[in-house]
Amino acid sequence: MLSQQATVFALSQVELPQRLIKFKNCRILRNHTIIREDLWVRNGKIINPEKIFFDEKGQAHVQIDCHNAIISPGFIDLQINGGYGVDFSYDINSVEDGILKVSKKLLAHGVTSFCPTLVTSPKEIYHQVLPKIKRKAGGKHGATILGVHVEGPFISIEKKGAHPENCIRELENGFDTLEAVYGDISDVSIITLAPEKPRVPEVISELVRRGIIVSVGHSMADLIHGETAVKHGASLITHLFNAMMPFHHRDPGLVGLLASNEIPDGKTVYFGIITDGIHTHGAALRIAYRTHPKGLIIVTDAISAMGLEEGTHRIGQYSIEVRDHKAYVAGTNTLCGSIAPMDECIRVFLHETQCPIEFALEAASLHPATCLGISDRKGTLNYEADADFILLDDNLIVHSAWIAGECVYENNKHSIPKVDVQPPEN
Amino acid sequence: MRLVILQNSATVGEWSAKYVMKRINDFKPGPDKYFVLGLPTGSTPLAMYKKLIEFHKAGRISFKYVKTFNMDEYVGLPRDHPESYHYYMWNEFFKHIDIVPENVHILDGNAEDLVAECNLFEEKIKEAGGIELFIGGIGPDGHIAFNEPGSSLTSRTRVKTLAQDTLEANARFFNNDISKVPQSALTVGVGTVMDAKEVMILITGAHKSFALYKAIEDGVNHMWTVSAFQMHPATLFICDEDATLELRVKTVKYFKGLMGVHSKLIEGI
Repeated sequence: MLSQQATVFALSQVELPQRLIKFKNCRILRNHTIIREDLWVRNGKIINPEKIFFDEKGQAHVQIDCHNAIISPGFIDLQINGGYGVDFSYDINSVEDGILKVSKKLLAHGVTSFCPTLVTSPKEIYHQVLPKIKRKAGGKHGATILGVHVEGPFISIEKKGAHPENCIRELENGFDTLEAVYGDISDVSIITLAPEKPRVPEVISELVRRGIIVSVGHSMADLIHGETAVKHGASLITHLFNAMMPFHHRDPGLVGLLASNEIPDGKTVYFGIITDGIHTHGAALRIAYRTHPKGLIIVTDAISAMGLEEGTHRIGQYSIEVRDHKAYVAGTNTLCGSIAPMDECIRVFLHETQCPIEFALEAASLHPATCLGISDRKGTLNYEADADFILLDDNLIVHSAWIAGECVYENNKHSIPKVDVQPPEN
Repeated sequence: MRLVILQNSATVGEWSAKYVMKRINDFKPGPDKYFVLGLPTGSTPLAMYKKLIEFHKAGRISFKYVKTFNMDEYVGLPRDHPESYHYYMWNEFFKHIDIVPENVHILDGNAEDLVAECNLFEEKIKEAGGIELFIGGIGPDGHIAFNEPGSSLTSRTRVKTLAQDTLEANARFFNNDISKVPQSALTVGVGTVMDAKEVMILITGAHKSFALYKAIEDGVNHMWTVSAFQMHPATLFICDEDATLELRVKTVKYFKGLMGVHSKLIEGI
């Protein structure tokens, strides 16, 4: 009776931006729960099908059978230094190409938006690079760029991590110094700084006034410094546990912000956490997750060697050796950064914390979007949000990625081999 | 009048869904010949809708050439309120099947001119060629749609003020705040349903047993509006065991004795 001949296309052949698309036979992540529900998309937005039905009397032009996949909001990476041989902070003569390359490759890992991250650099580099990384809508060319995350140079020398010490600076003249060092900050979304530095509170206030998220990290700060920063508007902690004072019971340091009672009412302090299974111990992940789940944001903090084959690679002025899924300074046993892509970080986090799948997915989508103040359009499958989402199986393997309702990545190996694109039902 | 007595509400749901499927499929609806179905809301028909969705997903029934008319809707309740009947119909049935939106008719309780809305509804039923099968449930006080005790048995689609009893019964759906319960509703009349070619009424649960007794063993009476269907040439009551508690043994035995005949109604599907 319903023997409509289903036309079968590859997902990437579905190019129907104006059309009404219904994703069916799927489970979608909405309101912190995975529910069996169809997902309707038109003009790049997720829409309320009830209104289409009763107000417009409209029906789907295209139906896509998701073969029981989970649909999650696309992942958002707030901290990523590069990948696939590209280092955002060093490849200054090919910034646009590098960004484009990474943004395209990230799609395969379910990342549909990200904040390219610059490590501590000389003033000239900021002036050269920052104007070249613009906020940019995603699509087949790659993931959306949500603005730059500048990590440093106003950080602590003692907690510099892999940042070059000679470029670390003080805010001698407060915000004026910051502007002089960075130059154009119109496309900067997040700034990581050490809150114990002189004049930081006033600088935070000014940054927050300009809509920039201030993250505290690479710091020797005690809890009071952290709380003062939060009271002045800081709302994020950079890669929790890494490059900060370890938790001490008489001075819990920045880690103490997770359980501080000095946080202004209604405010959430978010924290990025590297869940590659190497940079943060499983027990530390569990402590963070159990103490302050609402603020948890999974970040990769990936470096240029992410996505490269095993072996030694010359990247910028460094030689990096990829061995056993870890990146070392070539010829040594010194780890030089994270190379686990976002989907892997989420799987590690899920495995280590045994949290609900919904939480793991939201920690990489809704949480970062809320932190950036864009959860009305990103990191959610609510009606009117951007149709940026991914199809996953129950092992959280990414099957396909969609930006603004368009298929931008399709995994040929694992999944859903083809989809049924059917004519409307009338 | 027929009375089909089944085990429980699940079997009532399955049986009635099979009957609806058979009626529609036997009708062989097409672009020039729509099957016109009257539909209820509430908890009783949920099991039927679930089964119909299941049959649809299995490819056994299509609603492509079915037109539907719903019995009633609250006045002034936003359409996306979880208690609105638009919300119910979309979530419990329409979004799961292949019905064409133009063929769905639910009274608009937010219409500017409610009387005109009701008259238009009657017109549309007429235009569609009348209702082939009207499915209904009843309240414990024997009301069908919002035709509460005392409603005229020849009433048509109209605005109806709801009885205090109904408001109190519905308060649980509105955070137990009776002031939030809509005070009036739009409803088809008893006469509107009487005009259908066939009427199928679902009754489940002990709390509806007195109403079932009033519906089929007592006389026609506007204080139990469902009793009007004693006068309808083709009414099918489908109930569960619990709903028969107030019936006479004789009545129950008589209709159970006819079960063999009734089973033929859903044969061959």
